[in-house]
Amino acid sequence: MSPFLFWIFAMLMLVFGAAVIINRNPVASALSLVVSFLGLAALFLSLDAYFIGVIQVLVYAGAIMVLFLFIIMLLDLRAEKLRKINWIASAGGLAVALALMLQIFSVVGRSNIAKQSFPTLTRSTSDDIHRIGLLLFNSYNLPFQVIGVVILVATVGVVVLSRRESR
Amino acid sequence: MVSLGHYLTVSGILFTIGFAGVMLRRNIIIILMALELMLNAANLSLVAFSRFHVDVTGAPNYNAHVFVFFIITVAAAEVAVGLAIVVALFRLRQTTHVEDITTLRF
Repeated sequence: MSPFLFWIFAMLMLVFGAAVIINRNPVASALSLVVSFLGLAALFLSLDAYFIGVIQVLVYAGAIMVLFLFIIMLLDLRAEKLRKINWIASAGGLAVALALMLQIFSVVGRSNIAKQSFPTLTRSTSDDIHRIGLLLFNSYNLPFQVIGVVILVATVGVVVLSRRESR
Repeated sequence: MVSLGHYLTVSGILFTIGFAGVMLRRNIIIILMALELMLNAANLSLVAFSRFHVDVTGAPNYNAHVFVFFIITVAAAEVAVGLAIVVALFRLRQTTHVEDITTLRF
């Protein structure tokens, strides 16, 4: 991928990711999250991860964001009123986040492999879903079964949680 | 030329944005969205490393893709359960503000 496209999509993802936590209206936050995930899907495609890019759009921008928007509209949340801000807690949270970012920057800046560019692929990646499927059903068969149980438990749990109390 | 460090830096910034959202925001739905941002930042660095480690056949290391697939699945289950809890909480308290919810038992 050309550096130009990389910077376009990286900036798109980061700006809208920041908009998620800056917006006071939850609907605007959810829509910013969709754009941020679309930028991330483009970055996945730039790394030759076609399958991951596609399920990123399908699962996140499709299913999960619809769930978020549905809940926001179901609960009828308005833009929050400005409350009294706890300045000490906010400054502490911001300081911890900035320290984390500085730590990540220093680790990336000091490592040698981070300066290398990506090696060229000698094999086509258009069959990546085939290779992932083989891995998933051979090496990772047990985790794949377990993840099915996780989804089942989550489904049953959601039904139990959202059932109205009958008295 | 775009190097591995570029992707890792972008992933780190995205993770920090999500982390700051969890620390600073008080709306529980926004906190869930910030959690999603953090999970996706981890996915981005995993896929970048997979592209970086080309195996003997000349293809990316697909173990990371399987890992990302599992992360996306778990994130979907987590959001479903989390939003169900938010709905149950909203029925009891009519609020999604975390500072209004300070007791373990109602």
